[in-house]
Amino acid sequence: MGILKKRVNEFPTPYTCMNAIKKGGIETKLSMVLMGFGNIVHGQMMKGLLYLALEVVYIVFMILTGVHCLAMLPSLGSVEQQEYWDEATQVYMYTKGDQSVLILLYGVATVLITVLMVLAWRGTLRSAYKAECLAKEGRHVNNFVEDLKTLLHENLQKLLMTPPMVFIFLFTILPLIFMICMAFTNYSKIDDHLMLFDWVGLDNFAALFDSSSILGSTFWSVLAWTLVWAFFATFSNYIFGMIVSLLINRKGTRAKGFWRFCFVLSCAVPMFVSLLIMRTMLQPEGAVNVLLRNLGLIAQDASLPFFTDPTWARVTVIVINVWVGVPYTLLQLTGVLQNIPEDLYEAAKVDGANAVQIFFKITLPYMLYVTTPYLITTFTGNVNNFNVIYLLSGGDPVTDLGSTAGKTDLLVTWLYKLTIDKQYYNIGAVIGIMTFIILAIAALVTYHNSKSYKEEGGF
Amino acid sequence: MAGQKIHSAKRKRFITNSVVHVILGILALIWVFPVIWVVLTSFRAEQGSYVSTFFPRSYTLDNYIRLLTDTTILNFPQMFLNTLFIAVFSCILSTFYVLAASYCLSRLRFKMRKPYMNMAMILGLFPGFMSMVAVYFILKALGLSEGNLIKLALILVYSGGAALGFQIAKGFFDTIPMAVDEAAILDGCTRWQIFTKITLPLSKPIVVYTTLTSFMGPWVDFIFAKVICRANSDQYTIAIGLWNMLQKEYIDSWYTCFAAGAVLISIPIAALFLYMQRYYVDGLSGAVKG
Repeated sequence: MGILKKRVNEFPTPYTCMNAIKKGGIETKLSMVLMGFGNIVHGQMMKGLLYLALEVVYIVFMILTGVHCLAMLPSLGSVEQQEYWDEATQVYMYTKGDQSVLILLYGVATVLITVLMVLAWRGTLRSAYKAECLAKEGRHVNNFVEDLKTLLHENLQKLLMTPPMVFIFLFTILPLIFMICMAFTNYSKIDDHLMLFDWVGLDNFAALFDSSSILGSTFWSVLAWTLVWAFFATFSNYIFGMIVSLLINRKGTRAKGFWRFCFVLSCAVPMFVSLLIMRTMLQPEGAVNVLLRNLGLIAQDASLPFFTDPTWARVTVIVINVWVGVPYTLLQLTGVLQNIPEDLYEAAKVDGANAVQIFFKITLPYMLYVTTPYLITTFTGNVNNFNVIYLLSGGDPVTDLGSTAGKTDLLVTWLYKLTIDKQYYNIGAVIGIMTFIILAIAALVTYHNSKSYKEEGGF
Repeated sequence: MAGQKIHSAKRKRFITNSVVHVILGILALIWVFPVIWVVLTSFRAEQGSYVSTFFPRSYTLDNYIRLLTDTTILNFPQMFLNTLFIAVFSCILSTFYVLAASYCLSRLRFKMRKPYMNMAMILGLFPGFMSMVAVYFILKALGLSEGNLIKLALILVYSGGAALGFQIAKGFFDTIPMAVDEAAILDGCTRWQIFTKITLPLSKPIVVYTTLTSFMGPWVDFIFAKVICRANSDQYTIAIGLWNMLQKEYIDSWYTCFAAGAVLISIPIAALFLYMQRYYVDGLSGAVKG
């Protein structure tokens, strides 16, 4: 039952790597070179052979491609693609030049494989040492079938966590490291570095922070708008969602299910569909303007500049985000709101507080206390809220023709434009890193200052 | 005197109630309006995206018929099947990953537990598709960027990061008393049996919630599909198809079909959502009675 309880000194074990190297017998030490040797000696045939096979595969891989990949990493390739006239077929042909992207990708992958190999190497040492100790003490050494059986019980986490971890490594961590590397290269359409590029150190960061250049000034204005957007988007949804939820769940309201249904109905339409519809409705000749003209609220040839005036566009996206987000907030907050102790409200009513006072003095503080982690996630989500901006305004209006970002572009949509449309991969990567740093700081600061962290000490 | 007081309090309550109901009515109208508008547009006989009346002048089913039969320009049935295939398989994979990871993090204590949770938090702070280009290169290197393999690529991408979103399910598993597990172990259960025979059946709301969200992610995703499919129009998902219908060259002739398509893909989600609403709320607030 010991593993079920949390201990202060978590997971002490005598079978560590250091002990194996210091105290291990000759067969354990030999495992350092010949992986799995210790296991084979102590009768764990299958396990030892698997380790050995792993080592062989790694060495073959390194000899065939790995070493080459690593050797190319510092220079990122230098052979240019050449065009030559092929006499035999009478066409221009291209020689195969170096492709820096692939060199970088394979290089990063090789480094990661090597890291995994080191982990496996440590594993074999530990397991050899454990087998040795157990054999010395005359205790039972697990055979392969027994080892497999532990996967269903003591080592269930290994069975359950390995497949997801493989996916995370392949589709989240590897690409991320790859992109971070790009931030330190000159991989972009500028000066035609799409095929061959080099390491440039921190130049890209310097370019982005240089506020006299177009790129630099764009960065600061986009950053400012991103933060403003994230703040308003998060809290407008939060407060509005809470008010609606309170209105629906208060005692006097009839047909609670019906009201909730009305709001949840709009969740059923996929977000991108409702956003695209909103977008078409709010165009200069769209449904809303036509309606307003017919009602005589605006002149026949006039139209409200929903996405053509910077301020209008910004307000529009925030308001529509409320429309999109409130149903979800409603669903998520209803449960928490119902958990607020009833006696708090009763006490307040006895003391003669009105609805507004109760909301600001009891509901809001209680909710902030309970939902700080939720708010942080929502804030992060909003900083990275690609869909709403991209599908709604597309970052428009672009007022400054020289810059690559429009007035409602967030860092993420700008990143998208820079990488996919403009192919400035390096600048895109730098923006990604900057977004991460900003979010990390914001999350850490709010989390550490929040009551739910201080008083409960974590999750 | 006292009667009058009660009377005025009653009146006051009546007024507040009416005001609240009126406000709710207006809000509900605002939220329902676009939905109704889409449904009406999908039955509209006049083509084009700009109309001067809210209610269509005449109704027709042609939009649906055209959407499902006219496969020359935008092959909607094909897109529908593509999306269904991708969504179902990545839903199965992601649901398993999320539940497995959440169970391990909630019930088991192992060395990588804290590091894993920290890693998930850090990875969550990076913009999701900052690595999109890199993912594309990796898929290309694996040979998954052409033909039918694109579907496999999309399934892998959608379920790739799934196990990082364990927080909600973990929070739910945390509310199941440890005593349940301990008793089972005394009775000779392995942890695998606890997971499949005790924890999962006890956690129906969160299983449903996880399945639902994992299905909806790929079902409505637009951006990854667009980047990975590129010009392979036979692999397009519904989202790309609908987006294309609103592009300048198609919008005038396809706008009402777009609305019809929107209604069609909303129906499964709406049905699921209404059915799962109860679970959705329960799942988030964590409500297993031990």
